[in-house]
Amino acid sequence: MGDWAGYLVLILEGAWVTVRLTVMGCALALVVAFVAGLGRIAPWAPVRWLATAYIEFFRGTSIFVQLFWIYFVLPMTGVSLGAMEAGVLALGLNVGAYGAEVVRGAILAVPNDQREATVALNMTGWQRLRHVILPQALPLMLPTFGNNAIELLKATAVVSLISLADMTFQGQIVRSQTGNTIVPFLTILVLYFLMSLAIAGAIGWLERRVTRGLDGVR
Amino acid sequence: MDNPIIRIHDLKKSFGPLTVIDGLSFDVQRGEKLALIGPSGSGKTTILRMLMTLETISGGRIEVCGEPLYQMRRNGAEVPADEAHLHKMRRHIGMVFQHFNLFPHKSVLDNITLAPILTQGAKRAEAEKQARELLEMVGLADKAGSMPSQLSGGQKQRVAIARALALKPEIMLFDEVTSALDPELVEEVLEVMKRLADETDMTMLLVTHEMGFAREFADRVLFFDKGRICEQGTPEQIFTNPAQDRTRTFLRKIIAAGHRV
Ligand SMILES: Nc1ncnc2c1ncn2[C@@H]1O[C@H](COP(=O)(O)OP(=O)(O)O)[C@@H](O)[C@H]1O
Ligand SMILES: [Mg+2]
Repeated sequence: MGDWAGYLVLILEGAWVTVRLTVMGCALALVVAFVAGLGRIAPWAPVRWLATAYIEFFRGTSIFVQLFWIYFVLPMTGVSLGAMEAGVLALGLNVGAYGAEVVRGAILAVPNDQREATVALNMTGWQRLRHVILPQALPLMLPTFGNNAIELLKATAVVSLISLADMTFQGQIVRSQTGNTIVPFLTILVLYFLMSLAIAGAIGWLERRVTRGLDGVR
Repeated sequence: MDNPIIRIHDLKKSFGPLTVIDGLSFDVQRGEKLALIGPSGSGKTTILRMLMTLETISGGRIEVCGEPLYQMRRNGAEVPADEAHLHKMRRHIGMVFQHFNLFPHKSVLDNITLAPILTQGAKRAEAEKQARELLEMVGLADKAGSMPSQLSGGQKQRVAIARALALKPEIMLFDEVTSALDPELVEEVLEVMKRLADETDMTMLLVTHEMGFAREFADRVLFFDKGRICEQGTPEQIFTNPAQDRTRTFLRKIIAAGHRV
């Protein structure tokens, strides 16, 4: 007993794993969300089908199952991933599927007037998207992206099921070693909450940045 | 005289079961100022939108600068136009919209320079120089750094005109560009358009309910009804001595609604 400092280090090590999972998972989710979200509204039907299939599949099955497939089943096909990679991949693909719908919705929410102006100014499809549509869609996406990121943070705990020593996993270890439930679980509760506050703060800051000058537009 | 810049032949447009334009034909000469008038729903906007390739056509043919807009030649045969062909043809045409459609996230200056830089490879410095000249021309030299949300409707529309002019189109389409404006802001926009009409040799097609302005502005007035030209002529003919009953009825209604003729 009394070695709480050592136990706290264990939990902080787990917290670091959770932070890395969250950051990398969000990065992957963001990329995937844009690729699949743009794919959903692409002018080519096969691309739309592919994007739709991905989104429906990953929203329609649980992240537990997805993680088990990536970590336990994928190696049977010769693709073997470490626990961290598998965790990031499962989180990114799962949350990316939700993000894709956000991207699509935000792009479609930009008034058609704007698209017509870009046609009248003879911009190409990519120029329209890059310079006119996306800059206006981004502020619409950010609040939901913030929620998605927090969902992803909360979902990181599933990786303890593949024995990755994230914060929840370490909390369990400390609990079983000390016999004390309240202290480790209260610690991780506070840490999770601080992390989600940090995410909300970062998104709020981003929102203020990207909406600068757009005030009073809608 | 027989080399029209726009040639419309047997043009058709339907939205589902609704036929909006039904066998329309007319030519526009280079430099001509044309006013399109007619009751709401007669298809005026649709015609401009088809010229701007914002709407597909259901049949017939539009030629711009001697080339078909919606067809192209491939291996000696005429096939439906692809995006590259439309892109090439759009260089001839610019459009100003009823609701301005400025880019809200870009400053006035950037609204004007964006397309020249992206689509004509203009250097930023020269694009900005030209944009400032255009702003000067529309009386907004001091607004280059403003955001669209800081402008009045009349100012927004003048920026939109400058933005369209920046690409130096040979043909400009104006769709009820003063209809969304408070009455006291209409004049400042019309003044700019009048100056354009007087000082440039651009071909201009104007859809308007401002009959007084159409009269001053136009070389020729087309009166539309139900997707067809019901009557056309000089402003003098149409406004003082219309031949058709429908034209007379329309003009009477418009005067009753408070528009000047
Ligand atoms: N996208 C559309 N879908 C269905 N109907 C349309 C569409 N655009 C225009 N219309 C119909 O076409 C007709 C002509 O419209 P429009 O060209 O806007 O007339 P105008 O500009 O002369 O008032 C109207 O009956 C209108 O309701
Ligand atoms: Mg109209």
